[in-house]
Amino acid sequence: MADLSLARPQGLGLRRLPVLGAILRSRAASLGFAIVAAWGLVALLAPWLAPYDPTAIDFAAAADPAPSAAHLLGTDSIGRDLLSRIIWGARTTYAVVPLSIGSAFLVGIAAGTLAGYYGGWLDHLVGRIGDTMLAFPALVLYVILITAVGPSMLNIVIAVTLAYAPGVSRLARSQVLALKNMDYVKAAEARGEPALYIMALEILPNARGPLIVDLCLRAGYTVILIGTLGFLGLGLPPPTPDWGGMVVEGSHLLSVHWHMAVLPCIAITSVVVGCNLMADGLRETQQ
Amino acid sequence: MISFIARRLGQFLFTLLAASFLLFAVTEFSPGNVASKILGPYAVESQVDLLYDKLDLGDPLLQRYTKWLGTLLGLSSNALADPAISLGLSDPRGARYFGNLGFSLMQKEPVVDVLARRIGHTVVLTVWAIAFIVPIALTLGVISGVNAGRPVDRGISGLTVTLTSLPEFVTAVALLLLFSAWLGWLPGTSTMTAGDQWSAASQLVLPVTVLVIASASYVTRIVRASVADTLRRPFVRTARLKGLAPRRVILQHVLRNALIAPVTVILLQVNWILTGVVVVEAIFAYPGIGSLLLQAALFGDIYVVQALTLLALTVAVGTQFVGDIAYMLLDPKIRLR
Repeated sequence: MADLSLARPQGLGLRRLPVLGAILRSRAASLGFAIVAAWGLVALLAPWLAPYDPTAIDFAAAADPAPSAAHLLGTDSIGRDLLSRIIWGARTTYAVVPLSIGSAFLVGIAAGTLAGYYGGWLDHLVGRIGDTMLAFPALVLYVILITAVGPSMLNIVIAVTLAYAPGVSRLARSQVLALKNMDYVKAAEARGEPALYIMALEILPNARGPLIVDLCLRAGYTVILIGTLGFLGLGLPPPTPDWGGMVVEGSHLLSVHWHMAVLPCIAITSVVVGCNLMADGLRETQQ
Repeated sequence: MISFIARRLGQFLFTLLAASFLLFAVTEFSPGNVASKILGPYAVESQVDLLYDKLDLGDPLLQRYTKWLGTLLGLSSNALADPAISLGLSDPRGARYFGNLGFSLMQKEPVVDVLARRIGHTVVLTVWAIAFIVPIALTLGVISGVNAGRPVDRGISGLTVTLTSLPEFVTAVALLLLFSAWLGWLPGTSTMTAGDQWSAASQLVLPVTVLVIASASYVTRIVRASVADTLRRPFVRTARLKGLAPRRVILQHVLRNALIAPVTVILLQVNWILTGVVVVEAIFAYPGIGSLLLQAALFGDIYVVQALTLLALTVAVGTQFVGDIAYMLLDPKIRLR
């Protein structure tokens, strides 16, 4: 039965949550994880945490939007509580980013693994399609999509998928190429396991390290991209509290009420820093 | 070597062709949409249907793409300029010329003219940005890489990691707050109009700085990694053991090898800067092609969006092509293969 352990060197790995272990082993990654998780909690508990309705207008406060006892972080130019809007804005980010990144990685990993495992014309085709997609900057891709069909959450997801899947696919392919001649893969092939089983359960779990680092990095880029879209007025429709949109509204009053633009900027940047710290920390523990 | 260049050139053209098809397919996927975009929001249903027929928008996608490509390359004439359609669109160059990108629906004039007015501003912005990015990134990257692990390196690395986490608009807001709102040293917008109280140079400072901060920190990290990696190679140890002066080891042996990879990265950075340009131009109301792209997208000016995307694609794929050739010329191991 010796070859069974050979077949699944990391069979129990997923059950022991090795990713969390790797995060806790690095100080930078732990800090990053804490930031990202804290914002996640804020997003989840928004209805209970936010002191006000994010769209409710306080006319009295609009006259003096600076931070006060009633509005801890002040209000925006039309008197909506900034703290509540930042808290609800976390929801927007935490809904769009996981969806788009998840979709990009699903497509990218599937394409890259198939291309790397089978090689030949399939590999060539995936590579060519990827090259074509990589020629489009992510923002430009989204801009063409809205010209054609208008802004929506689905379009952000599609644009991020199209923009990031090729890079993910290249990474997955290189990992699969490095692993597909390992003994345990050969053993599984000799046992007559189906190709899908080999790819999904023998190769991918062992290729996850670099992919998770890449995931953290790209999650950070996506937070930036979504903030940028909101800032440019291309994001989700106005009543939705959206950090990027809040920055642009506040930036018109920068000389008088700087808190309106700066506070959402800090929120966005902290999430990006969290993602980057996780990526850097995990990369170090892997080396 | 010739075959290498020929193969890369083939790839370059293929990628451009495939990407242009994708661009066309996304922007003109729904033909009814195209007709109503051309006529604007106040068009009557029957007018849209009439234009739909006149422009043969009912044809299959591939056929419409071939026609579009033919017009672009100057092989066939632009149907929109046909007086029979009476849209009032005319082009002094005639209906058939190379680089015919159609008409701007927003400005009612040829896209080429609209582009010509705007592109100079963007070129100025980008050239200044690159002129700062390259020397700054190389200097910081080499200092950091040579001193890998020492306090200098940790300081520079900490700075670059922080700066790459900053979205362009956040940097812009911070700089605007400091230099425009509080200190009043620089203008808050850069419209580049003649007779502005701020000089053209002062209007360029903040937009260029935002682009430099966004890109230089990333390139610095790449240069640092490459230098630190080269220092660990055996030939460096050999050079040191031969008794060469440390300065000479670094300048002649390490840098020559370490700077090959960053050259391609710097060229690819052009792609990154293109995205940054859209953001920066929007923030500072700078009259370049980035802000034009945004206006065109919001207006639904499909031909301007197509033209600008095509331009971005050509620049992106073109720099990649140049990068591959440069990589080959710099690295003899690749040149000989």
